[in-house]
Amino acid sequence: MVSYILRRILSTLPVMGIVALFVFSLLYIAPGDPAAVIAGDQASPADVERIRQSLGLDRPFLVQFGTWLWHILHGDLGTSIFTNLPVSAMIAQRIEPTFSLMAITLVLTILVAVPLGVAAAWKAGSWVDRTIMAFAVFAFSLPVFVVGYVLAYVFALQFEWLPVQGYTPLTAGVWPWLKNLILPALALGSVYIALIARITRASMLEVLQQDYVRTARAKGLGQRNILFVHALKNAAVPIVTVIGIGIALLIGGAVVTESVFAIPGLGRLTIDAILRRDYPVIQGIVLLFSFLYVLVNLMVDVTYTLVDPRIRY
Amino acid sequence: MDRRTLLKGIAGVGSLAATGGLSMPALSQGAAARTLRFVPQANLANFDPIWGTQYVVRNAAALVWDTLYGLDATLQPQRQMVESEQVSDDGLVWTFRLRPGLKFHDGEPVLSKDVVASLTRWSARDPMGLMLKAVQNELTAVDDRTFKWALKSPYPKMLLALGKNSTPCAFIMPERVAQTDPFKQIPEYIGSGPMKFAKSEWVPGAKAVFEKFADYAPRQEKASWLAGGKQMLVDRIEWVVIPDPATAAAALQNGEVDWWESPITDLVPSLKKNRNIDVDIADPLGNIGSFRMNHLHPPFNDVKVRRAVLAAMSQEDYMRALVGDDTALWKPLPGFFTPDTPLYTEEGGEILKGKRDLAMAKKLLAESGYSGQPVTCVVAQDQPITKAQGDVTADLLKQIGMNVDFVATDWGTVGSRRAQKTPPGQGGWGMFHTWHAGADCINPAAYNAIRGTGDKAWFGWPTSEAVEREVLAWFDAKNLDEEKAAVKRLNKAAIEDVVYAPTGFFLSYTAWRKNVSGIAKGPLPFFWGVSKTA
Repeated sequence: MVSYILRRILSTLPVMGIVALFVFSLLYIAPGDPAAVIAGDQASPADVERIRQSLGLDRPFLVQFGTWLWHILHGDLGTSIFTNLPVSAMIAQRIEPTFSLMAITLVLTILVAVPLGVAAAWKAGSWVDRTIMAFAVFAFSLPVFVVGYVLAYVFALQFEWLPVQGYTPLTAGVWPWLKNLILPALALGSVYIALIARITRASMLEVLQQDYVRTARAKGLGQRNILFVHALKNAAVPIVTVIGIGIALLIGGAVVTESVFAIPGLGRLTIDAILRRDYPVIQGIVLLFSFLYVLVNLMVDVTYTLVDPRIRY
Repeated sequence: MDRRTLLKGIAGVGSLAATGGLSMPALSQGAAARTLRFVPQANLANFDPIWGTQYVVRNAAALVWDTLYGLDATLQPQRQMVESEQVSDDGLVWTFRLRPGLKFHDGEPVLSKDVVASLTRWSARDPMGLMLKAVQNELTAVDDRTFKWALKSPYPKMLLALGKNSTPCAFIMPERVAQTDPFKQIPEYIGSGPMKFAKSEWVPGAKAVFEKFADYAPRQEKASWLAGGKQMLVDRIEWVVIPDPATAAAALQNGEVDWWESPITDLVPSLKKNRNIDVDIADPLGNIGSFRMNHLHPPFNDVKVRRAVLAAMSQEDYMRALVGDDTALWKPLPGFFTPDTPLYTEEGGEILKGKRDLAMAKKLLAESGYSGQPVTCVVAQDQPITKAQGDVTADLLKQIGMNVDFVATDWGTVGSRRAQKTPPGQGGWGMFHTWHAGADCINPAAYNAIRGTGDKAWFGWPTSEAVEREVLAWFDAKNLDEEKAAVKRLNKAAIEDVVYAPTGFFLSYTAWRKNVSGIAKGPLPFFWGVSKTA
C-alpha cells in the first residue's frame, strides 16, 4: 500500500509538468495585457510598452517559459505582476478560507445527503422518497449564486442571524469562524447534497435487493443495523467515488460562492488574476489545483480499500 | 423578551459553548466607532500610484501620501505641504519652501531631497510632468526645506500640475523610495499623509487597512477635497473589497460595512428605502461616456464617416442605457468638457444637439464611399458602462447601414487590443468604448483623450493640428478669459475632427450608514473629516 501511494504521488509530477506547459502556453496565446491594466485607462501607448518591457512580457515564449520553469524547480512560484508579493504568500493568505469552506461544505453534504439517500431508498416509492427526490431535483437545478442570494436575503437581511459576507479566521474563535461559513456552505452544498443523495439512494436500492440483506432481515436484525452496517457499507464505493468527484467540483463551485459571499479565498484570487492577466498567480493556482485533484483521486482510491476489503493494490 | 432577543441569546450561548468561551473578545463600542469600513469601487491590486495609475490606487494613495498642493472644491490648487512659493519675474524659476514639522511614516523628516526625487519620478509618467520635464533646466534642493525648479520657458500651470487630482498625482515619498524606476513598483510604502498603510494586513482582492499616523501635521484651514487640514476622525480605515454589488448592498444594509463608494444604479432604490442609510451623488463632476474610433484605418480614417456617426447618435439612448430613467443622473453633452465647470462650452456642438439625423448620416456615409466593410466594435462585457454603451452603438451603426463586427470580450482584452495599430482584420480594431472621470475633463491639462497628436495620441490616434494649437493656447493662457477662449476653439475643433464621440454626462451615487457623517462630494472619496458613532 505504501509503495502504491508513493508511486501515485510520484506520478503527479509528470501530470503537473504537462499542466504547467499547457497553462503557460494557453496564457501566452490568450488575448489581454497586464501592462495595459497596470498603466490605467489614461496611460499612453508608450507607457504601456515600457511597463510591458519592465515586466519581461516582450521576451520570446521559450525564454519566458524557461525562466518560469527554472524558478518552479527551485520552489519559487514567482511574484505577482500587480501586487509585487510572492505568489506563494498570496496563495497562503487565501488557502484557509477556501479549505474551510470546502471542509464545512463536505461535512454538511455527507451528514445531510447520505441519511437522506438512505431514507429515500428505505422508503422507496413512498411520500418520503418522493419528497426527498423532489428536493434533490430542485436543489440540483438551482444555480449556486441564486441559492446564495436567497439565503443571504432570508438569514442575513431579514432575520439578521448571520453575516452577509466576509471571513473570520479560525484563530478568532470557532463560532466567529463558523458563522461566516454557514450560508456559503449551504449554498455551495445544496447541489452536492442533491447529487450525493440521489447516488446514495440508487446504490442503496441495489444493495437492499441483495440476498444477504434479505438474510439479515430473516435473522431478525434491526432496521437501523441493516441499513447502516450491512447495506450502506456495501453501497459505499459509488458514494465515495461521487464524493471524491464532488470535492474536485467544489473547487470550481468555490469560485462562485466566494464571489457572492465576498470570501477572500483561492476562488476569488483566481478570478481576479484572470481578469487582470496576472500570469504568475494564475499559473501558481492552476498548479496547486492540479496537485489537489491528483491528491483527491488518490484519497478516493485509498478509501476504497477501507470500505471494500476485496480491493487491494 | 421578543423573538429576536431570544434568538440572539441562543446564538450567544451557542457561541460560548462552541468555543469553550475562548473566542476573541468583540470590539468595544468605542473601538468600533474608530474603525471605518469602506467598500471601494475596485480592488486595490497594487499600491504604487506612479507605476499603476488606476483611480482606486490614487484614492488609496491620497490617504498615505501627501502632495505639495491640493485641488480644492473650487478647482483651485492650494498649498498643502508647501508653506510658500516664489516665481521669478520672467516665470523661469520657481522656488518652494516646505512647511516645518512634516514627517514620513518612519519618523524621518520630509526634506527637499525627498521632494526632488518624488517629482523626478512623477514627471516621467505624468502628462503635465512630461511637459515640465521638457522645459526643465534643473530641479534641485536648495536646503532641507527649500527646492528650486528652473525652467527654459515659463510654465504658468505649475501649481495645477503639482496639485491636480488626475492620475498620477505628485505624491511625496522618501528619496530612497522615489528613486525607483518609474516603470517599476516601489518596494515599500512609507507615506507622508495622514494614514499609514498596514502592509501586513493587506490581502489584495479582499482587504486593505490604513491606520492613523499620529505625527501627521494637518494644515489649519478647513479641508476641501485634497486641500486644507486633513483631520482624521477615525483611527483605522478598512477597505473591504466586495466584488458583487448585491452583496455589497446587503452588507451595507446589515451594518457590516459603513460606506459603499459606488452602488450600482439598479440597487439605489432599495438602499434609499432603508432608514439607516443615506444615499447621495458621489461626485458633481461626474463622468463623460465615450467611444473612440480608429483614425488610422477605414472606415473611420475618413472624417465624414466619423461625423455620420455623431449626426446619428442619440446621447439620451446611451445615458438611459447607463443610468436608467433617473433623469437627474445624466445630461446631454454637446462637447468634451465637464458641465458646470468654468471652462464648459458647447461651441461647435450643434451636430450633437436636437433631433437625430439618420438621413444626413447615411448621406455622409455615401459621400465617404463606405461600401459595407466590417466595423470591428470591441466591447468589454465585464464593465457595465462599456457593455451598455456597446449595445447602443451596435444598434446605431446598423441603423445607418454599417456592417458591425461586434467583438464581445473582457476589459483586459480591450486594454491590449486597443493598443494594436494594425488594421481591424489583422488584430486591430475599429472602435471601443470607455468613460472619463469628469474631474479629468475640466481642462486640457490631463485630458489625454482629447489630444490630437496622431501617433503619440491616446488610442484611436487622432491627428488634429487645430486641437493641438488650442491645447497649447490654453497652457499659455494668462487668465481665465484667455483660457475660456482657447477651450471654446478647442471644443469646436475637436468636434469638427471628431477626436472621439462623447455619449453624454452622467453622475453616480455613493451610500453610507447614518452613523457616519462628514462625507464630502468630490472626484474621490475623502476620508478626512469623516466620523462614525457606534
